[in-house]
Amino acid sequence: MFDREIRERVDRLELPWSEFDVDPYGISKRHLEVFFNLLAPLYRHYFAVEARGVENVPKRGRAMLIGNHSGGIAIDGAMVIASMLLEMNPPRLAQGMVEKFLNQLPLASQWSNRTGQFTGLPEHAIRLLEDERLLMIFPEGARGTAKLYKERYSLVAFGTGFMRLALRTKTPIVPLAFLGGGDAVPTIANSTTLGKLIGAPYVPITPYGLALPLPVKLEVVYGEPMVFQGTGTEDDVVITGYVERVKGEIAQLIEEGRRRRRHGGSA
Amino acid sequence: MKVLVPGITGAIGRRFARGLLRAGHDVIGIDRRPYGAIGEGEEGLEVHQVDIRKRGAEDVFRRVRPDAVVHMATVTHLLRQSEDRYRINLQGTRAVFEHSAAYGVKHVVFIGRHTFYGAAPDSPLYHGEDEPPMALAYFPELADLVAADLFAGSMLWRQPELTTTVLRFCYTLGDSGHGTLATFLRGARVPTVLGYDPLFQFMHEDDVVKALMVTLEKRARGVFNVAGPPPLPLSVVIRETGRQAFPVPEVVFTSLLGRFGLPRLSRGALGHIKYPVVTDDRAFRAATGFTHDVSEGDAMREFRRAFPPMRRG
Repeated sequence: MFDREIRERVDRLELPWSEFDVDPYGISKRHLEVFFNLLAPLYRHYFAVEARGVENVPKRGRAMLIGNHSGGIAIDGAMVIASMLLEMNPPRLAQGMVEKFLNQLPLASQWSNRTGQFTGLPEHAIRLLEDERLLMIFPEGARGTAKLYKERYSLVAFGTGFMRLALRTKTPIVPLAFLGGGDAVPTIANSTTLGKLIGAPYVPITPYGLALPLPVKLEVVYGEPMVFQGTGTEDDVVITGYVERVKGEIAQLIEEGRRRRRHGGSA
Repeated sequence: MKVLVPGITGAIGRRFARGLLRAGHDVIGIDRRPYGAIGEGEEGLEVHQVDIRKRGAEDVFRRVRPDAVVHMATVTHLLRQSEDRYRINLQGTRAVFEHSAAYGVKHVVFIGRHTFYGAAPDSPLYHGEDEPPMALAYFPELADLVAADLFAGSMLWRQPELTTTVLRFCYTLGDSGHGTLATFLRGARVPTVLGYDPLFQFMHEDDVVKALMVTLEKRARGVFNVAGPPPLPLSVVIRETGRQAFPVPEVVFTSLLGRFGLPRLSRGALGHIKYPVVTDDRAFRAATGFTHDVSEGDAMREFRRAFPPMRRG
């Protein structure tokens, strides 16, 4: 029932496990195994995710994965996390910076915390980077997951917090492009009313009603690491300039991916 | 060194007194609760049964002229909501500092708690000492403890000639069975809020004593978080102490408290079993050289041996 390769890969994660198989942040091996056993079939079969440029992600030490949001629910983040565990050698645990509402929901709170997906607070980011972890950030935030089908390859405004943190902690940035999420969850509208019911900012609506993702081929492309010099206390103009460079790199990766997808004949 | 310990009758106070005596210090205790007979390893201990806010307590300061005061006379029982608790925690703390300034004490150590930082969905793991006391927002019943902590901290600038140390301790766990966490874990079934599993940070009582001893020795000045081994999820703590988790949906939880053998818990305390309060203790370790001796596993095993889970019926 449980995938032996996943167990072996979770075992190979270079995290400081305690006697109880828990790290100092409460990440639990047992929970990771269950989590990845759920993700792996989606990654390998349902979405048949293709990961390119995995070798661009540093094998060890602090790094930030900075990507575009693609798809109204967090399949982009989940598939990036899955690709880091399933495709890297040694495997790494990508730790997302999660929207605040998630920690307020029962079960979501428990599972996000046990799998290292913590609330997106600067305090968390700094500490994890100083502990040489791999962070995953989508600077478009909730605005990015709200993208409609017709906007699926566009980028909305990037937050700038990640850049200040990267400069302050001297962390290399790995730009990533996520493709296909907008086809998997073709959002035609976002309902804030439904969102209120479950405690989320909104719920995406698709032509077939619920936001259940379709079995569409997804692709994640990791670009070459970008290193910026500074302290994180620079003027906004400077920071915005750096952020635009990362955004430009991601836009480029998306464009290349789109062309590939068109020629490859997939949706 | 002559060390005065207000609140000596508590479990930590007694353990600390024995540690000080072993190290060759003179120990003078003050507590309004009776201490009982002086036991083995406590020879030379002097205890005065007097309320810290009363004249008798000031007489002890005047007569003894202690070198250091370790103030642990604060009421923390969350169940005991009363003006009395407010008065003890605030007026008592004020009295300790006033008498210390008046009678030549050189070092005052205030024993605070990590709950100062509050437990909330958006609070970070590993709080630093410079963070504000969010406990007030989430858990107003802790207001007097937070105020006492801040009042003690204000002595750093108000009485600069006095060395003041504010220590914010995490939970304790060990064979005494005392303390908030141990009380919560006492029954065979431990209620949890379904879908939440916060980290709990705890240290063994012997390490609390060790931390206090090293604070006196190094005269560490300032506000410090004090913790031991890394925190663990509540579910692991429950399992490893031989208990059984009893997850209840939050809506049902509040109405069940105090019944069916479940412990009583104030509504505000609920946040503490949904969200973690974990502190960063690096500053304390750097200032004092403190290292803990008892691992999280040993602390839990010791508690389990001392308090085996009793099945009901």
